[in-house]
Amino acid sequence: MNWLTDLTPDEWNAVRLSIKVATVAMLASLPPGIAIAFLLARGRFWGKTVLNGVVHLPLVLPPVVTGYLLLISFGRRAPLGSFLESTLGIVFSFRWTGAALACAIMGFPLMVRAIRLSIESVDRKLEAAAGTLGAHPLWVFLTVTLPLIVPGMIAGAILSFAKAMGEFGATITFVSNIPGETQTLPSAIYTFTQVPGGDEGALRLTLISIIISMGALVVSEALARRAGRRLDIE
Amino acid sequence: MTVSVDIEQRLGAFGLEADFTSSGRLTALFGPSGSGKSSLISLIAGLTRPGRGRIEVDGRVLVDTEAGVFVPKHKRRIGMVFQEALLFPHMSVAHNLRYGRWFTPPAERYARMEAVVGLLGIGGLLDRRPGKLSGGEKQRVAIGRALLASPRLLLMDEPLASLDDARKAEILPYIERLRDETKIPIVYVSHSVAEVARLASDVVMLSDGKVVAAGPTAEIMQRLDLLPADEKGEGGAVLETAVVRHDEAFGMTVLGSKAGEIRVPRVAMAVGAPVRLRVRARDVMVATVEPTGLSALNVLPGTVAAIDPGEGAAVVVRIDCNGVAVMARITRQSRQALELAVGRPVFAVVKTVSFDPATTAAGPRGEIDG
Repeated sequence: MNWLTDLTPDEWNAVRLSIKVATVAMLASLPPGIAIAFLLARGRFWGKTVLNGVVHLPLVLPPVVTGYLLLISFGRRAPLGSFLESTLGIVFSFRWTGAALACAIMGFPLMVRAIRLSIESVDRKLEAAAGTLGAHPLWVFLTVTLPLIVPGMIAGAILSFAKAMGEFGATITFVSNIPGETQTLPSAIYTFTQVPGGDEGALRLTLISIIISMGALVVSEALARRAGRRLDIE
Repeated sequence: MTVSVDIEQRLGAFGLEADFTSSGRLTALFGPSGSGKSSLISLIAGLTRPGRGRIEVDGRVLVDTEAGVFVPKHKRRIGMVFQEALLFPHMSVAHNLRYGRWFTPPAERYARMEAVVGLLGIGGLLDRRPGKLSGGEKQRVAIGRALLASPRLLLMDEPLASLDDARKAEILPYIERLRDETKIPIVYVSHSVAEVARLASDVVMLSDGKVVAAGPTAEIMQRLDLLPADEKGEGGAVLETAVVRHDEAFGMTVLGSKAGEIRVPRVAMAVGAPVRLRVRARDVMVATVEPTGLSALNVLPGTVAAIDPGEGAAVVVRIDCNGVAVMARITRQSRQALELAVGRPVFAVVKTVSFDPATTAAGPRGEIDG
């Protein structure tokens, strides 16, 4: 079992980068994910169907299309990209941040669906009860609704993380395949399969992919079970 | 403390049009299911808005559609106990209890934790999770949670409806204590004559979204014609009595009332304690001469005050027993055979064993007729 130590620096970079990209994508999409899920679950407004469609687009579009759309809107010379660079100093194109953005967008529909379902399962009369006890709607959200949807949030976050770990099409289209900057695990595996004698490296990274994904699943199960126990729902 | 409501609300085909004022200690909103009781209580709590109208509690206008006033529910300081308890599943019992207290301005917190916990007997449950409580325990905690927010008014929406009879019997004494030992006025929704006759000081009777009668409990309970069909058998007179003595040899308690002494199966109350007695009209016989050689122990002299046509074979005879009305549901045939007419002296006869725990309850203090 010394194959792990045989990882080349480039391979290590791919592993580290993938975890970083997936973690950032997951954490950054959590707040907007909760907000959008809340709007879709509870809101009654014009254009709700459109919003729902837009959120789900990445799920049905070919990933290459999503990546290309990102490229033409967040590229350095694209209007949105140049605006963000000049105002906030954030550059997405051909950076790891762009990989994180692509992964976040690809995982967003999965996250929103999971959170939306858990919001819809919250008994609204519990919120009414909190209101009659004197709690302002904002406090009701923070002390009743939010704790009750924690299992859904965990499920959504893990789905987003897992999607990010496996994201390939949109990432490679948007930010290419630069070792050390945008080359995530799937891109690295793809590169290995394109060169003669790359099978061994591809297999090593594949095993690592499986380990990380399984680990994420086990952790999410444990977290969800703990949250469920705290809720004590009969 | 007065609650006054005058509202109109349309919900699809159902229209609610209610206008009543009550200053009772426990006002029951009473009527069959679908009569609008729960819609009315939701309006008072602020969970819904009326199409038109005005709601005032203790001199404070909560809703006035003409003036554009609508106080949101979290600013009304009106406690609510729901049918399904609705405890927060992610908090312990103690946290549930403290929840409302936290949002109450310190100057207005009158409810003390130890007092409420003692009143409801929930001291042993504080560390438990709501999921681990029985239905009756949940409902007691829900009552405690509402009380600890120090509300100006407590609304109870059929709090016993989803419990079995044993659990109901477990909670009723706590609601009686609530009525007698706290100053907080209660509005209580129910479709059960037994609960209303036992608990209420005043009754607002609803039918098809309209108020059909309102007034003191004893008065409204006599209107057998207004009771829901499945509850008619439970209707009758409500008498405020007091324990005179216990007859240990025969396992009975003698109650004193204006109508005379009434013997009931032994109740666990001290001599002098008020007892609210419901005399079901179907349990009362009428005799034109004082009966002898009869097993029934309670024979109350009186005069026929009114004869209300009942449905089918029955009529309801209202007998004035020294100023207290006792109702008797008898057949039309008996009425004819006995030649009953208004003003005729008669005797109301009630078997002791026809009284049971559902008809003998602790009465509200300081309201004894006898």
